Amino acid sequence: MASAFEYAPAPESRAVVDIAPSYGLFIDGEFTEAADGKVFKTVSPSTEEVLSEVARAGAEDVDRGVKAARRAFEKWSALPGSERAKYLFRIARIIQERSRELAVLETLDNGKPIKETRDADLPLVAAHFFYYAGWADKLDHAGFGANPRPLGVAGQVIPWNFPLLMLAWKIAPALATGNTVVLKPAETTPLSALFFADICRQAGLPKGVVNILPGYGDAGAALVEHPDVNKVAFTGSTAVGKAIARQVAGTDKKVTLELGGKGANIVFDDAPIDQAVEGIVTGIFFNQGQVCCAGSRLLVQESIQDELLDALKRRLSTLRLGDPLDKNTDIGAINSAEQLARITSLVEQGAAEGAERWSPACELPSSGYWFAPTLFTNVTQAHTIARDEIFGPVLSVLTFRTPDEAVAKANNSQYGLSAGIWTEKGSRILAVAGKLRAGVIWSNTFNKFDPTSPFGGYKESGFGREGGRHGLEAYLDV
Amino acid sequence: MSDKSEEQRLSVFKTYKLYVGGKFPRSESGRVYEVTDSKGKWLANAPQSSRKDARDAVVAARKAFGGWSGATAYNRGQILYRVAEMLEGRRDQFAREVADAEGLSKAKAAAQVDAAVDRWVWYAGWTDKIAQVVGGANPVAGPFFNLSTPEPTGVVTVLAPQESSFLGLVSVVAPVIATGNTAVVIASERSPLPALSLGEVLATSDLPGGVVNVLSGRTAEIAAPLAAHQDVNAIDLAGADDVLAKELEIAAADNLKRVLRPQPVDYAATPGIERLTAFLETKTVWHPTGSLGASGSSY
Repeated sequence: MASAFEYAPAPESRAVVDIAPSYGLFIDGEFTEAADGKVFKTVSPSTEEVLSEVARAGAEDVDRGVKAARRAFEKWSALPGSERAKYLFRIARIIQERSRELAVLETLDNGKPIKETRDADLPLVAAHFFYYAGWADKLDHAGFGANPRPLGVAGQVIPWNFPLLMLAWKIAPALATGNTVVLKPAETTPLSALFFADICRQAGLPKGVVNILPGYGDAGAALVEHPDVNKVAFTGSTAVGKAIARQVAGTDKKVTLELGGKGANIVFDDAPIDQAVEGIVTGIFFNQGQVCCAGSRLLVQESIQDELLDALKRRLSTLRLGDPLDKNTDIGAINSAEQLARITSLVEQGAAEGAERWSPACELPSSGYWFAPTLFTNVTQAHTIARDEIFGPVLSVLTFRTPDEAVAKANNSQYGLSAGIWTEKGSRILAVAGKLRAGVIWSNTFNKFDPTSPFGGYKESGFGREGGRHGLEAYLDV
Repeated sequence: MSDKSEEQRLSVFKTYKLYVGGKFPRSESGRVYEVTDSKGKWLANAPQSSRKDARDAVVAARKAFGGWSGATAYNRGQILYRVAEMLEGRRDQFAREVADAEGLSKAKAAAQVDAAVDRWVWYAGWTDKIAQVVGGANPVAGPFFNLSTPEPTGVVTVLAPQESSFLGLVSVVAPVIATGNTAVVIASERSPLPALSLGEVLATSDLPGGVVNVLSGRTAEIAAPLAAHQDVNAIDLAGADDVLAKELEIAAADNLKRVLRPQPVDYAATPGIERLTAFLETKTVWHPTGSLGASGSSY
């Protein structure tokens, strides 16, 4: 759709971030090469520009990292909680100070719009450290008995969709409770975790308390399997989550898994349409839909289907796709060529199975990994695009007639992470929320996060909760 | 009764049966196995459940889940307390069965039964408190409120402890159903009779059929299909040895069942709430408020 106003580009400056040509692994407070000298390149998904070369951790490096964390554990866990708290408060403050730099860095390495890293990711990252800092000297009051003990060394594996935020979700509660950590960031987005290592240095965090090991799945598997790891925390795909659950079977390792989702966003006929449209857009196009709790299944009450879809299509036509560093950009780049291929293949399958595909007129940049916002109508519950997690900017639209039907369709999924409810009727919100089998339910809003709020899934979306008081349990011997 | 009449009267044996879906079926397989006391004396032939019995029990438990989890916590507490009342009335029967099963003196067996009844009462009182203890309102930084509430995870397979045939059994079954889950229970393999009798108590306690289902037989044989069952949400491995526990935990990963690993437990001690929370999910519901608390109000 031709816009009445053309916007001039409003690019964010890259000058605030200084990316070194190469980075090492961060073990025991030092940057070090991988034992076998292996490296990998990390690229900017919006331009395919090589940003840096990063050491690639192998099993031997994982062992070094775990040993460093084990050595550090004794002193760190013995520190008074009030002292651990101060380290975490320092980290929170330094993140706030450096948030512009980190936002630009994250956008470069991940491909998501600067608007999101600046306004969502970074404030939440700082907030998580601030929140858990305050718990460190109050663990007696967390509801897990007096003087709850840490587990030991936490092995943490995080995904590429929210690289720094997922790091914060994992590291903040682990340190607050007195554990030490070995964290493996995803191979496509290692940079913000390495910058975090520098923040640990600035904060004066004791050596070995945090170790960062960029690498591939083999390094993650070595970390999960390491006999001296006491706690495994993973966020990522359900398939890998199942593999981890098998790996830790028969051990004493405590595990939390935050896995996939296929969130249902349910719009009733009395919903405020304009707000619902905004919520649907946030639900599936935030971070290019690369969000485990995305509202990727839209369930619309049949009587308002036409009206809602018209409004939705009109809204999608105003979304701006392009340079993620442009402050006006709504839709950035897909994180990797591999992920783009996966999205493309599932979308083609959706069309082949008979669903009707629609995208707004949308010019894609010539380099980088891009996918236009996409809508599927005429979707049935049997369609692959209604069942499988696409992890991209693709919305499947289904309809329903009664609240019971909405609930039945929403729950007809192996997943149970998130759901949305749009209605003006309070009793309907509560009744439907009560019946939905999902860990996070947003009514008349979507994709809201806060460090005080537990987040996590039912069914095959994993187990355990992150955030809030509940998030402490995963790192305590209770 | 005089000695003379005891000599004249032949006692009536009890045919022990499974408890599935509120009914008392024999095993579908038609198999039984011999249950003896601690000295090897024959006590009864217990049903030896099959894979099909296990599947039937899951169907019954799933069917019961909606009603049981949807009942008010107050109502669940009333029903659990009613179970304790029924247990109290059958105190002597259970004491006899526990004495036989575990080779205990009458006094010690009675103490076990008393402790089990008290344990059941303890859990009955938890039904309407656990949400307040582990749920709550979260102070979100923005114009929203959100509430975290615990909810039952669904159908839970319970491998009852092998040694503690009644107190151990009650200690693992009551917390599962107190929170609104439904259960498929595999009784102690060597000493299943107190568990099968518990089924009779449950059937007369207002507990809806299918909320608890009791199977007896070979633990490893029954547990395998349950650990792999796609409609089971969680498994308590209390009654598994290390080798079996690992095998079942691997099978349970297929649909990411919640797993409670076997651990040393002193069943005589008052338990914490871990067995309640192990089978709970946390649901967090958000809603916009349009404003923040009382800010701007005049009083």
